[in-house]
Amino acid sequence: MADSYYNPADLRKFGKITEWSEELGTKFFDYYGKVFEEGALSAREKSLIALAVSHVVKCPYCIDAYTKDGLEKGITKEEMMEAVHVGAAIESGATLVHGVQMMKKYDKLSM
Amino acid sequence: MATKSLKARHDDLALGNKQLEILSGGPFKDGELPYFKDKLAKIGKFPLRPNKLEILQINVGYMCNQVCEHCHVDAGPDRKEIMTKETMFLCLEVIKNTGAHTLDLTGGAPEMNPNFRWFVEEASKLGVKDFIVRSNLTIIRANKKYYDLPQFFKDHNVHVISSMPHYTKGKTDKQRGDGVFDKSIQALKDLNAVGYGMENSPLKLDLVYNPSGAFLPGNQEAMERDFKKALKEDFDISFHNLFAITNLPIARYLDYLIASGNYEDYMYSLVEAYNPSAVANVMCTNTISVSWDGWLYDCDFNQMLGLKVASSVIHIKDYNEDILNNREIIISQHCYGCTAGAGSSCQGSVI
Repeated sequence: MADSYYNPADLRKFGKITEWSEELGTKFFDYYGKVFEEGALSAREKSLIALAVSHVVKCPYCIDAYTKDGLEKGITKEEMMEAVHVGAAIESGATLVHGVQMMKKYDKLSM
Repeated sequence: MATKSLKARHDDLALGNKQLEILSGGPFKDGELPYFKDKLAKIGKFPLRPNKLEILQINVGYMCNQVCEHCHVDAGPDRKEIMTKETMFLCLEVIKNTGAHTLDLTGGAPEMNPNFRWFVEEASKLGVKDFIVRSNLTIIRANKKYYDLPQFFKDHNVHVISSMPHYTKGKTDKQRGDGVFDKSIQALKDLNAVGYGMENSPLKLDLVYNPSGAFLPGNQEAMERDFKKALKEDFDISFHNLFAITNLPIARYLDYLIASGNYEDYMYSLVEAYNPSAVANVMCTNTISVSWDGWLYDCDFNQMLGLKVASSVIHIKDYNEDILNNREIIISQHCYGCTAGAGSSCQGSVI
C-alpha cells in the first residue's frame, strides 16, 4: 500500500470501480459521459463548471482531470483561475451568509 | 526554451533507435499498456497496409528559423540536412507520374532551402491538384528576402498550411519562442492581404493547432470556432480550416515529456484515447514521405525515427508506386498518436 491517501496514478484506475458493482458503475459512467456532452451548455462551459466544483469539493483527482480537460479545450489559465474564484466566492459566501444567523442570535441574546 | 537541436546538443534522443527503445519499454514492456501491433491485430489490421496513394509528402530539409519545444523533426537553424537540386530533379520526375493528387512540402522551414522557389515553380507546372507548402509563418517575417512569399505562393497557386499553436500570445511564445506570436499575426495579415484565407477565396489558408503541453487536442470543430472568433475579433484575420494535430512522442516532444515527468501519463492518455475507427484512415495508408536525401518512409514521423519503408523500393531514384503499395507499414507505439480520439494526421482529424 502507498503511504499516502492520494496517488495521482490512481485516477487512471477510476474505471475499475465498475468491477465491484457492474450495474451501478456502468450507470454512473454512462450518466457522467452524457452530462459532459455538448448540450444547452457547451462542453467548454461544462469543463469550467467542473473545474470550479472540483476546487469546492477539494478533489485532487478532479482538479488534475479538469485542468487537463481545460487545456485540451483551449481554455486559458486566466479563464481557469476565474472559474476557481467563482467556486471560492460561492464557498466563502456560503460561510459569510451564516453571519446573519450569528448576528440574529447575538441580538436575541443581548439586552 | 531550447536554442539548439537535440542533434547539436549530442543528446541520445536525437537517435531514432534510442527513441524506439523508450517507446517499447516502460509501461509497454511491463505489460501495463498494450503494444500498438496488438491493438491492430484485435481488429484484423495487422500488418497495416496502404490504401491508394493520395499524398506525396516531401521534406526538403530540417533547417528551420525556429527551435520549437515540441518539434518532431528536431529542426532548427543548426540542422544542415537540406535537399539538393539533384534530389529535387528526381522528385519532379516522380511528381510527373504519380497517382497522388496532393503534393505536400514540409521541413524544417521549407522556404529556407536555397532551391525552394525553383522547386515550387517547376512542381507547380506538373498539374498536381492540391499543392501544399507547410509554412511556419514567422519565416515570412524573418528576413526581407521572404517578405514576398505570400505573393509567390499566390502566383503558383500554393495551398498554405501554417502552424498556430494558440490565439493568445502567451501560449504561442511558450511553445515556439518569444516574438513568434506577433510575427505570426503579421504574416497572417500579409497572407490575408493577397487573398489567402478569405471567405470564398480559392487561395487556401489552413492553420495547424497542436497542443502546447502534455495533453491531447480537443474537438477540432470547437477549436476552429474559438480560433476563428478570436483571430477575427482581435486581429481581423481570416483563415479556412483548422487542423488539430496530436503531438507524437518523438524527438523534442519526447524529450519534453520525459524531462517534465509527463511521459508515462501521456502514453496512458494516448492508449486510452485509441479509436479503432481512426485506423482505417491513418495518414500512412495514403501517404509516402520522402526525406531530404531521397529515402522513402511511411510518414514524416517514421522518417525522423529512421524507419525506412519495408519495400524493395526504398529510394526516390527507384520509385515505383505499385511495388511501394504492396508494402507493410512499419509501426511502433508512437502510432497511438495518430489513432487517438478523432485521429490525427497532417490534415487534422481523420474521422
